Amino acid sequence: MSYLEYTVKTVPTGLRKILFFNWPLAILLTAIAALGVLQLYSVAGGSFTPWASPQIKRFILGFLLMVMVGMLPIWFWRSVSSLAYLCALGLLLFVEFFGAVGMGAKRWIDLGFINLQPSEVMKIALIMAIASYYDWLPLEKTSKIIWVILPAAIILLPAALVLRQPDLGTAILLTLGGAVVMFLAGVHWAYFITMITAGIGLISIVFQSQGTSWQMLKDYQFRRIETFLDPTNDPLGAGYNIIQSKIALGSGGWSGRGFMQGTQSRLNFLPEKHTDFIFTTLAEEFGFIGAISLLSLYALVLVFCILSALKNKDRFSSLLIFGIASTFFLFFAVNMSMVMGLVPVVGVPLPLVSYGGSAMLILMIGFGLVQSAHVHRPR
Amino acid sequence: MRRPFRNGNSSAKTVSRRGLILGGAQAVFMGILALRMRHLQVEQADQFRLLAEENRINIRLLPPIRGQIFDRNGTIIAENEPSYRITMVREDAGDVTSVLNKLTRLIELDPDALNRAIAEMNRSAPFLPVTIADRVTWEDITRAAVNAPVLPGVTPEVGQSRRYPMGRIFAHVVGYVGPVSSRDLERIRDPEPILRIPRFQIGKVGIEAEFETALRGRAGSKRVEVNSLGRMMRELDRKEGETGANLQLTVNAQLQDYIQARLGELSASAVVINCQTGDLLAIASSPSYDPNKFVHRISFADFSALREDKRRPLASKTVQDAYPPGSVFKMLTALAALDEGLITAAETVRCNGHLEVSGRRFHCWKRAGHGKVDLEASLRESCDVYFYELALKVGIEKITDIARRFGLGTAHDIPMSGVASGLTPDKNWKRLNRGHDWVIGDTVNAAIGQGYVLTSPLQLAVMAARLASGKSVVPRLIKKIDGIEQPNRQDPPLGLQDAHMQQIRKAMYEVSNNRRGTAYQSRIIDAKFRLAGKTGTSQVRNITEAERKRGVTKNSDLPWNRRDHALFVNFAPFDAPEIAVAVVVEHGGGGSKIAAPIARDITLQALYDGDPPLSAYPAKDRSKIKAQRQELEKLRQPFQSTRKSKV
Repeated sequence: MSYLEYTVKTVPTGLRKILFFNWPLAILLTAIAALGVLQLYSVAGGSFTPWASPQIKRFILGFLLMVMVGMLPIWFWRSVSSLAYLCALGLLLFVEFFGAVGMGAKRWIDLGFINLQPSEVMKIALIMAIASYYDWLPLEKTSKIIWVILPAAIILLPAALVLRQPDLGTAILLTLGGAVVMFLAGVHWAYFITMITAGIGLISIVFQSQGTSWQMLKDYQFRRIETFLDPTNDPLGAGYNIIQSKIALGSGGWSGRGFMQGTQSRLNFLPEKHTDFIFTTLAEEFGFIGAISLLSLYALVLVFCILSALKNKDRFSSLLIFGIASTFFLFFAVNMSMVMGLVPVVGVPLPLVSYGGSAMLILMIGFGLVQSAHVHRPR
Repeated sequence: MRRPFRNGNSSAKTVSRRGLILGGAQAVFMGILALRMRHLQVEQADQFRLLAEENRINIRLLPPIRGQIFDRNGTIIAENEPSYRITMVREDAGDVTSVLNKLTRLIELDPDALNRAIAEMNRSAPFLPVTIADRVTWEDITRAAVNAPVLPGVTPEVGQSRRYPMGRIFAHVVGYVGPVSSRDLERIRDPEPILRIPRFQIGKVGIEAEFETALRGRAGSKRVEVNSLGRMMRELDRKEGETGANLQLTVNAQLQDYIQARLGELSASAVVINCQTGDLLAIASSPSYDPNKFVHRISFADFSALREDKRRPLASKTVQDAYPPGSVFKMLTALAALDEGLITAAETVRCNGHLEVSGRRFHCWKRAGHGKVDLEASLRESCDVYFYELALKVGIEKITDIARRFGLGTAHDIPMSGVASGLTPDKNWKRLNRGHDWVIGDTVNAAIGQGYVLTSPLQLAVMAARLASGKSVVPRLIKKIDGIEQPNRQDPPLGLQDAHMQQIRKAMYEVSNNRRGTAYQSRIIDAKFRLAGKTGTSQVRNITEAERKRGVTKNSDLPWNRRDHALFVNFAPFDAPEIAVAVVVEHGGGGSKIAAPIARDITLQALYDGDPPLSAYPAKDRSKIKAQRQELEKLRQPFQSTRKSKV
């Protein structure tokens, strides 16, 4: 009988809380992060610099953050939800006007020690805001149109700002993450069907805008979509990334080419091999077995989150856990689909594995919230 | 701050139900991801593995070493020398301008070339070496190498480049190499990949071009692992190429050198052939040019100077140009008549300075006429009327037939550029090409080597060789390919009576050794090397009636390019012929005055295999010859030092 099934009448207090953490989840996260560090070590040609070593430090920092966030009671987090959302929104507005420009997009604020990406912060803050909104909203009003428009606005406002940066991938993830929480809260099916139809309509309008004065996406974003549709028609240009990525994956075969033996990543055929395309190097070196193992680890994270959410009687907590788990899911699902050529290259990192500071820290804070909800669940 | 947990049963149910739906959807999507992985990594693995290999392996060509060219004694005519150049890798240099500034302080760099190099560097990938100075001296290279620590990214490199140590001496025979041009690539069907290497040199003209494939050898290759930018990571394996074949020519470099000096600045050409085997001992055209300049990419000014020179230094006159042979052709007309049995050597013709043929008056060069002439006298004194008479008897078809037996009218198969076939006209040819019927006047003109007859100096030398030896020798220029002796070939036998041939030879002997012979002034005194020859003076254009009225009768009154060509063919020694010589001096004037002395000097040089003693010359010419020899000495190359014998 594990401590998971062990129930106590009251919510634990003080340092004892640490015993009631969802430890299997924490261990799974550590395992995934370890895999990421291993792969970063490999793509650097067997070296802890420049990626593996900072990644370890960040994960340790992230882990500590998760514990700290988890120790604080969930009702505290619920009450600061709106504040967190407003702060994140403020930061997004700030980058809109003062943000550093990188790769043709305004995305981050340079804080000196870290490049803060407000869109990352918003991913968690938005989930918190929507979850607390439905926690507050009387149940019978859930599907009333006016009470649906409000959360939709809460979601679309930051998404629109992110889209303007422009960062299509994150904008879509934000929208989907928020929509998932709305869906879980019990908003009527009809709204979602309407939204999906409207979304398809919007996409066609966006495509119509190409080449006109009111063009809504940057040229490179159009190109990404076009190359996704047919990567072979520009093999040395824009389609190069997808083709090389598929070659790397495929050449891994069943059991891979061996740790640090992947020629595609070793010889730089892979783009962004330490960030967005790190999955391909893992798949090349560890093959199908390695790739499916990572996928299984991710699946287990989801399973533990869903189990925790289902058991949680608190509306805010369960919505929050589902929301964060779904955001996590969206990250790895979109990243993997992207490198395997199922969706366009949109610049979404592989959670906990890709090299990157703020994404890792934000994600660990998110899992801190999951831990907090888990520890402080009503019993 | 702590609020009660909000939990209605229905709320929890909704969340759970929808959560499960969501979880299900996520599971389905992960299933799709897993299937996709299986598709890529298991089902299509082999295909992608192959693509990955193709990505990573790159084949680099190793340029082969070009074959060398030697003369018959092993003197080097074309060789390869290490060529030094300085290259720079932008990526390694860091600050390109500061490194280049340092380099310019060490060695002199052409500012234009430098700017081109900088532009090229900015265009190409940062790790690719760009040549910033080509053909630098050994001193400069060492200076750059010694200072390597302060010159990051700068590398002195050694390559192979063609060198012609004898310079202009063999320019027309051997030709030169140059970097492959896009025109070359278009011309060559299915070009080898090696040709696409920048700065790779191929033969452009002459033997270098004709024997390109053999000389080039085969490129080796190495397989290297490259990264996505094409940068070499390591060498996987290497296949050495094959060095090109070495060629040994039949020519004698020393003789050729003498001839080039002797021809000097004349627009002239000379061919020396072994009249028993057909080996070409010298084949010289002047003025010449320095092929090394072309290898180094000749400057526009130099090239235009060569192209605009009216004496056409770029033309290989020995084989490319065909001239009316003039009186040199008369031996063949005579042989045609003898062979047909229409005349005997003793029969005479009366020459009174001209002959009327169907209402047109054909002049003899000697206005006053030669009086009664037989065969020997007609050749000795080059009487034209005698041959006009023969022409009327023999007809053009027989003359042409004989001319072709002596190798005229066909392009001899030697590996030089633009070998001309000349022209031995017949009735059919005229009808097809001129649209008129053959008239008797054409035959009369052809009989003295004028009119439509055209011959190259090479053809004349072959003709003289066949006259001398009675064998249908075929000229040979390549003696050995990679040490393998190339056969001497012969055409079908001449099919002429020895007696007739001997009569012609005797007449040619008289030309040079009889006091009345046209080339008596250029005789050889040395009894064992007596020379038999024939002068020729071929008109470029008739002197018009108007000019005649103005008093222009002498050649020297005409502008250079309308003066007569001077020709001379001979063989020697008369008793046991070894060599045959043909000399053509464009617009030189008379054959006896201009061409014959040159041919005589060449003949002696060839027979003595070096400078002949002065006693071989007529006594009154010896001081002149001595002075001339001192003059030539300055132009000739020091031979003993360059001669090597490694073939």
